[in-house]
Amino acid sequence: MATGVAAWLPFARAAAIGWMPVANCPMPIAPRDNSKRQDELIILNVSGRRFQTWRTTLDRYPDTLLGSSEKDFFYNEETKEYFFDRDPDAFRSILNFYRTGKLHYPRHECISAYDEELTFFGIIPEIIGDCCYEEYKDRKRENLERLQDDQEENKDMKMPNMNFRETMWRAFENPHTSTMALVFYYVTGFFIAISVITNVVETVPCGSTANQKDMPCGERYTVAFFCMDTACVMIFTVEYLMRLFAAPSRYRFMRSVMSIIDVVAILPYYIGLVMTNNEDVSGAFVTLRVFRVFRIFKFSRHSQGLRILGYTLKSCASELGFLLFSLTMAIIIFATVMFYAEKGSSSSKFTSIPASFWYTIVTMTTLGYGDMVPKTIAGKIFGSICSLSGVLVIALPVPVIVSNFSRIYHQNQRADKRRAQKKARLARIRIAKSGSANAFLQSKHNGLLNELLELTGTEEDEHKLTKSISLLESQHHHLLHCLEKTTAHEFVDEQIFEQNCLETALQTFPSGSPSMSDHDSPVGGCCGRRGKKNNPLPNASLLTAHPIPTHQGPLQELSAIHIQSSDPLSHTASRSNLNLKTGDSSKINCKGGRITTAIISLPTPPALTPDGDGLHGPPQRRPPPPPGNPPPPSIQTTTSSAGINIVKVSAL
Amino acid sequence: VNNGGEKCIDPLQRAAILQIDLHNQSHPEVEDGELATVCYRPEGLDSLVQKTSFSKKELQVLYRGFKNECPSGIVNEETFKSIYSQFFPQGDSSMYAHFLFEAFDTHNNGSVSFEDFVISLSIILRGSITDKLNWAFNLYDLNKDGCITREEMTDIMNSIYDMMGKYTYPCMRDSAPKEHVDNFFQKMDRNNDGVVTIDEFLETCQKDENIMQSMHMFDNVI
Repeated sequence: MATGVAAWLPFARAAAIGWMPVANCPMPIAPRDNSKRQDELIILNVSGRRFQTWRTTLDRYPDTLLGSSEKDFFYNEETKEYFFDRDPDAFRSILNFYRTGKLHYPRHECISAYDEELTFFGIIPEIIGDCCYEEYKDRKRENLERLQDDQEENKDMKMPNMNFRETMWRAFENPHTSTMALVFYYVTGFFIAISVITNVVETVPCGSTANQKDMPCGERYTVAFFCMDTACVMIFTVEYLMRLFAAPSRYRFMRSVMSIIDVVAILPYYIGLVMTNNEDVSGAFVTLRVFRVFRIFKFSRHSQGLRILGYTLKSCASELGFLLFSLTMAIIIFATVMFYAEKGSSSSKFTSIPASFWYTIVTMTTLGYGDMVPKTIAGKIFGSICSLSGVLVIALPVPVIVSNFSRIYHQNQRADKRRAQKKARLARIRIAKSGSANAFLQSKHNGLLNELLELTGTEEDEHKLTKSISLLESQHHHLLHCLEKTTAHEFVDEQIFEQNCLETALQTFPSGSPSMSDHDSPVGGCCGRRGKKNNPLPNASLLTAHPIPTHQGPLQELSAIHIQSSDPLSHTASRSNLNLKTGDSSKINCKGGRITTAIISLPTPPALTPDGDGLHGPPQRRPPPPPGNPPPPSIQTTTSSAGINIVKVSAL
Repeated sequence: VNNGGEKCIDPLQRAAILQIDLHNQSHPEVEDGELATVCYRPEGLDSLVQKTSFSKKELQVLYRGFKNECPSGIVNEETFKSIYSQFFPQGDSSMYAHFLFEAFDTHNNGSVSFEDFVISLSIILRGSITDKLNWAFNLYDLNKDGCITREEMTDIMNSIYDMMGKYTYPCMRDSAPKEHVDNFFQKMDRNNDGVVTIDEFLETCQKDENIMQSMHMFDNVI
């Protein structure tokens, strides 16, 4: 039922007058308004504070506590009011929701208290208006994080039944889980440090011996350094292989940044092993050793701060890029200017524009090495302009970038969260919408059962079977029903629609006639049945998980109703009661409540019609279906292998 | 108003209507938010009771609902469409809502006031069969020239079928509305001149059992 516009339902129903003259079929009977309640004032006593409102205001949202019959539990007979032992302040915003249709979140309220109130009164927080929704979600997230921090201390408990691989992976990711993991963590850290220090010390010139000049330690103690390097690389290799083995998703692990760093750190050593001491490639080999410095990045596994820095640089990349771009522009401009200004002077160091780049950069960053200085007057003028503007160009964007970065960083996080929330919100709203459509389909099914019971059962069964559906909902469903009758098409579930399309697509090949009669029969069927009795049985196809059987056999009577029931619902008991009442062999072999009535051409799938007599609608008028079907088994058993019990009711 | 009689608008109302017109046009000085402050008050309860066949209590309930959804006192087409679409979640009801709006908007000023609303409701729900059929004819007759052409009927039919949406059983074919229109003209157009006049319409409807019966469905909507 559309929430919030219940007051407009009479208008929508009146607007259906436009369908009447064009409809070819009779309209279903409108639901009776048995309880002609006048609109009255209701008193809601919330912990002593009395609120008053119209009954129809509360009826606008029938799926909440105040709008449904659930509030009868809180009715106080003596004082003739509804008493709720809850917070009156929070109740204000809840009651305003009924009045205005918008739910607001009062900022002074505690988030969890407010949540509890919403849950108590049966209102989902997703419908909080846009004005307050962000605030609500922010507070809720903060609260959740606070709770999570408390929980994380318990997180390191060992889960039972973890195999060796999972244990290893957990040990790698959280070093604090076991002593072995901690030892491993420190050992690798130590070796990373050793390796980095080795690389550095390698190049320091050690003391010279008598006959040799200063040489770096690396060349003096080649063997020692080589052993050190080998040891480190072995440790790293073993570590990498172990991580690769333990990773839950090896492909994803291999693509991750850390593993790439690992590989790059140890690869030069192996390449060096493989390559011989060839003169040509030794130059390249030396370059490769540079990559050993990447081992320092392995520390980022050990340092949270490094990881955050890397992430923030990545997220700030566009700002940095812009800074670089504007710098480049300024450099090119000034370099050009300086080049042409200094072109005249002799022995000028500004030999070309690219050569002037160096001067520009050094001047703009206020380094001023002094290896290149302008000599002409014009050059000096432009040089000073360059250094002044350098201060502006460099210094100004940096704080902007810093603040930008901090703002963008937080904003990005919030935007991502909002996007994720939006999807979830829309999904929930979609579910609620489809819920209302499904409610219509479900109520049609209930209505059908109701009618059948009216004819064969007693009042009790009727009450047992139908859940109390509000008058508004029944009127809304009646409206949708009229639309179905007008257009001679029915609302169906998306699944069934897909299946139907599939079937009709398949059907067009064997023979054209079944599909044709398929389309014609609703129109013919629904009007054809009209003359039989005044109570129009809805020819609705409802929510069912099983497909309507394909038309394989010859055409049956066009106006046969096809009742197909699948999963058991709670109606089993009343169904059996119904059967007992009718007494005769017209047992309904339906295990459950899902009914598909379809005016389609029926095959007789013999395996699927275990029920011989079928369901008797009005027993007087409906003859039993053609004989030849196997006798009905007992009610509770599943009969067909397909799990579908099909009961045919002929309407002739 | 639908009966063809002249309705005399008292000066206050005319002023109010004019004011609404002014705001409906894109006035350069008027900011977007100011449109909502236009407040239109209906005439008194007693005169409405006289004009319609609703009782005082019924009018009170209707007005409360109306005012709640449209605090400014008038409904414009967008609100109308959005209200109507909430009842038909599966399909697209905007075209039919548009035609309804045209039918409700008897003064043709782009907005439906509470009087228009309640007078039309009174005809549909409490009027005689002839009144109801007249109202339906007025709805179909899009250009209000006294006869329904095939194009008009096709538009109406398409809008009705649009409300069903995509997921229907049997699958909605594109020719279904057209067939329905042909069916309608076959039934209604007595002299086969391609249009349906009010007399043909009334005559055919009064002879049709189904239609007569379904007209009585509206007897106890409120």
